[in-house]
Amino acid sequence: MDALLNVEGINVYYGAIHAIKDISFYVKEGEVVTLIGANGAGKTTTLQTVSGLLRSKTGSITFEGHNISSVRADKLVAHGLAQVPEGRRVFLQMSVEENLEMGAFTQPPSGVGQDLEMVYDLFPRLKERRRQVAGTLSGGEQQMLAMGRALMSHPKLLMLDEPSMGLAPILVEQIFEIIQNLNRSGSTILLVEQNAQMALSVAHRGYVLETGKIVATGTGAELIESPEIKKAYLGG
Amino acid sequence: MTLLGHLITGLSLGSIYAIIALGYTMVYGIAKMLNFAHGDVIMVGAYICFFAVTSFSLPPVVGVLLAMVVCTILGVIIEGLAYKPLRQAPSLAVLITAIGVSYFLQNTAQILWGADYKSFPNFLTLGGQTGISLFDGRLNITYAAIVTILACVVIMLALTFFTSRTKMGKAMRAVSEDKGAAQLMGINVNSTISMTFAIGSALAAVAGVLMCSAYPTLSPTTGSLPGIRAFTAAVFGGIGSIPGALLGGILLGLVETLTKAYITTSLYDAVVFALLIVVLLVKPSGLLGRYVPEKV
Ligand SMILES: Nc1ncnc2c1ncn2[C@@H]1O[C@H](COP(=O)(O)OP(=O)(O)OP(=O)(O)O)[C@@H](O)[C@H]1O
Ligand SMILES: [Mg+2]
Repeated sequence: MDALLNVEGINVYYGAIHAIKDISFYVKEGEVVTLIGANGAGKTTTLQTVSGLLRSKTGSITFEGHNISSVRADKLVAHGLAQVPEGRRVFLQMSVEENLEMGAFTQPPSGVGQDLEMVYDLFPRLKERRRQVAGTLSGGEQQMLAMGRALMSHPKLLMLDEPSMGLAPILVEQIFEIIQNLNRSGSTILLVEQNAQMALSVAHRGYVLETGKIVATGTGAELIESPEIKKAYLGG
Repeated sequence: MTLLGHLITGLSLGSIYAIIALGYTMVYGIAKMLNFAHGDVIMVGAYICFFAVTSFSLPPVVGVLLAMVVCTILGVIIEGLAYKPLRQAPSLAVLITAIGVSYFLQNTAQILWGADYKSFPNFLTLGGQTGISLFDGRLNITYAAIVTILACVVIMLALTFFTSRTKMGKAMRAVSEDKGAAQLMGINVNSTISMTFAIGSALAAVAGVLMCSAYPTLSPTTGSLPGIRAFTAAVFGGIGSIPGALLGGILLGLVETLTKAYITTSLYDAVVFALLIVVLLVKPSGLLGRYVPEKV
């Protein structure tokens, strides 16, 4: 079976900085795939490139068999890609519900009410705060909102950029539990994390990124057991 | 009674400033740029209405609508040709471009319509009267003032509804806050920015006609000074804030009118700017400029 997302030999530059060096990876339908790596490894750059916010100089990105390498970011949402960006980036001056409505921007208005209920079922905290301005939510609530907002577009592939960043351990567990539940109910997930332990424990497969290159790949279990990974990313 | 008269005059002048300031503030909010050509779009709108009514004998309402259509198209073209290519450019380059567009519009108007002053017809009359006289003539209110204030109220209500209730209006707010995140929602950032210029320019046309109805001299530079004052009003109220533009515009109109009436007729601009400086010293984001703490 063809992969849902197939990234082949992409190179991304910021001016003279060569941030992504000939990276290839794929995500199959139903999988949780994680990209792990230290600060500045190029994880965010990779996701932004798949999302269409950045452009690769070479290679190709195919989604469901279509080459999407030159499709504008806002067009990709309708194709079924959604990203929860690094730092959540919810619309701080808009209410919780308005944020979710923005997530449904490409959807027919008739289904939005039902989708709101779906997100509120998943994150009851958001329902209590539906009229509250997002800027006054706690970090964890903002993360839930960012995830709920992405789900509003019924993505075929959900990309998450460091969902655990800045959250208390208990919240991190909660977020990862939600990621697993989403996957069990059919979502395909591409997860970027610095928290390698957590990410690998929920992922089917993983890729290790180091200064713009993929240096290791394998199943979650394989990578957790790998001595090099243990040494470099798992603190022992 | 004279005070009441001055207040009404100030309110109507302030309404004109507010309508212009809305264009500045909305464009600033979304494109993070000062569109200094905005004042000149006002002038174009006034000319279009002027010629529609005087040369083509069209009804004034049609003239206003025509002016709105022309200015909307003009605003979108200006944005697409002059500003869009500079989306990633340093803000100083954009500012200089905007000043360039402003002079371009003024000079083009001069070539097309001449540099001489045209006397704008006041068609805001009823039964040959230009206004109503109350209290044995001690209080005169022009229809132009009444229509201007009403237009400002209607525009504010419509914009509030648009930004808080409609999908495109909310998308506009989303783009104002975070273009990248808005794109990830599937919002077309460029067309949202174009739409904002379209709205601002249509409002500029309305402001141009209302302004020339009250102050009936029309020339290629008619828009520049009110444009600068309205820009001041937008900063006063908090640039980027729609209620701020209303408040700033009205306050500016009142201060200007009352200063002219009671303090000085020659130095009122100095008074207005002194007030602006005081406000910005006390509250740098302007009266209603919002500060939202960011969580990381
Ligand atoms: N806008 C930019 N301009 C120039 N260089 C950039 C820019 N964004 C990222 N970089 C550089 O590209 C490289 C990869 O950055 P990226 O943000 O993708 O890393 P990351 O793996 O997401 O890191 P983190 O875990 O800290 O989020 C880094 O060396 C970074 O300095
Ligand atoms: Mg990152």
